[in-house]
Amino acid sequence: MDHADARLRADSSAPAVECDAVVIRYGDTTAVDRLSFEAHRGEVLALLGPNGAGKTSTVEALEGYRPVSSGTVRVLGLDPGRDHSALVARIGVMLQRGGVYPTLGPAQVLHLFAAYYGDPEDPDALLDQVGLGHVRRTPWRRLSGGEQQRLSLALALVGRPEVLFLDEPTAGVDPEGRIVVRDLVAAQRDKGLCVLLTTHELDEAERLADRVVIVDKGRLLAEGSPTELASGTSDGSVRFSTDPGLDAADLATAIGPGASVVEERPGAYRLRLPPGTETPPVVASLAGWLAERSLSLGNLRTGQSLEEAYLAITGARAESEPDATPTTGRGRARRTRGRTARGDR
Amino acid sequence: MRPLLAQLRAELTMLFTNGETLFLTLGIPVVFLLFFSAVHVLPTGTAHPVDFLVPGILALAVMSTSMTALSIGTGFERGYGVLKRLGATPLGRPRLLAAKIGAVIAVEVLQAGVLVAVGYLMGWNPGGPAGSGACVGQALAAMVLGTVAFGGIGLVLAGTLKPLVNLAVVNALFVVLLLLGGMLIPLSKLPVWLADLSRLLPAAALAQALHGTLGRGTPVAARDWVVLAVWAVCAPVVAGLTFRWE
Repeated sequence: MDHADARLRADSSAPAVECDAVVIRYGDTTAVDRLSFEAHRGEVLALLGPNGAGKTSTVEALEGYRPVSSGTVRVLGLDPGRDHSALVARIGVMLQRGGVYPTLGPAQVLHLFAAYYGDPEDPDALLDQVGLGHVRRTPWRRLSGGEQQRLSLALALVGRPEVLFLDEPTAGVDPEGRIVVRDLVAAQRDKGLCVLLTTHELDEAERLADRVVIVDKGRLLAEGSPTELASGTSDGSVRFSTDPGLDAADLATAIGPGASVVEERPGAYRLRLPPGTETPPVVASLAGWLAERSLSLGNLRTGQSLEEAYLAITGARAESEPDATPTTGRGRARRTRGRTARGDR
Repeated sequence: MRPLLAQLRAELTMLFTNGETLFLTLGIPVVFLLFFSAVHVLPTGTAHPVDFLVPGILALAVMSTSMTALSIGTGFERGYGVLKRLGATPLGRPRLLAAKIGAVIAVEVLQAGVLVAVGYLMGWNPGGPAGSGACVGQALAAMVLGTVAFGGIGLVLAGTLKPLVNLAVVNALFVVLLLLGGMLIPLSKLPVWLADLSRLLPAAALAQALHGTLGRGTPVAARDWVVLAVWAVCAPVVAGLTFRWE
């Protein structure tokens, strides 16, 4: 712990993870296409994109599993391929699936992995931390999907890594398990680790990450904090919920000129505002108008969620760059499937 | 050293807690030895079948551990992504391989101890030169070469086939080599062309070496040394060239 902290401080200015114009090709397919980004210590960076966007290829290049066709990858200043043996002691890896002896229980596997490292975490304490204390001896193959993912996360953490690579860490994890994973990821970030994770789920990126890199077809589409990404394409709406059947015209008048109110679903409203409107006074007027009528105010949200930004970005790209082959429809279908499917190759 | 010992312990734990592996490496050889020593149905050509069976089944035991058990285990580890995941730890391939070799040797020592003990119980009495240091030494050397050869064959299959296909292929190969390898049935009982073909395979070469040294008390034939050595060099080299870790 202590020497790891010292090492973290020693070269904390350099990025922990660097991708510079990375291209990864499999035969004729270009999985990653001139992708560049950096991730720093004390930061959670999410690679967000639909399945097949090149997220896993990128992460596996950083982990040293596959060579890049061109461009540079660096982790802690090291070349993941050439300096593999020096790097593996300093990174923690969670594969998208599997990676654990199917007949061994969590305690056995975690003690085994702990023995690979010079200064490991206490395996038993770590098991309790990830909420697997009650299934210490259950063979891996009999654990639930969520328990398997949490064991994988524990295996990634046991060597006290400086950089953590998590490929779809919450895929197949139940809501309770997701909270455990999120808390653990946040705790590692607070300890000064650099966490690079991939996800195709927007909610997860929004909840887990400090910064999001949106990729599609191997290219970077947008980069920023969830808030920045959302405001960058803000359409100036305010959403809220209250009783159904409001007098929309009266509310719009109360808000001010140019405002309009739409009831999108019963009890769920969207206030459209003219560009450049400051939202705090609008929210104040809205709250006052509802208070006069003794109505409740719920689910208030200004701007867009990352989901809307994500769909706006990926959608805009699909329209502005129709493929030479008639694949626009297929591209959309793939994007839709990406919301639910788990595989990502 | 700590990673290697921990890995060796894990490999042994998995071998000894896996019912199928135990059946394959201890159950089958011991049952064959007991049954065919007591029930004289095999054309062993010796006055006491057990005198033929102990060396033959020792060869079978080497094959079951170094080829079949190693291959099935490694194939599933590859299929489950375990080998890939280990690639991102400081364990490293040399130590992983060393742990697997250590586990195979440990199981073989146990097998040999049990089979020799059962053999003596069933009246095995290798007379004269068969018990000499020279013969036992040659038998051990042949078993080491056989282990390397069979291990290489097992890893060629485990490193290229899907786990379930590998399971089927390696079990089928086990049965074929058991029948053609002169382990239970002397090569002299096979058609000449088949016996000639078998002599080029590591199973027959190892069985012949053990029948000679531990049965008749004769040294290993040069031809058997050559066959074993060629397999012991070529199979691991091919495994190294073709093995896919994912």
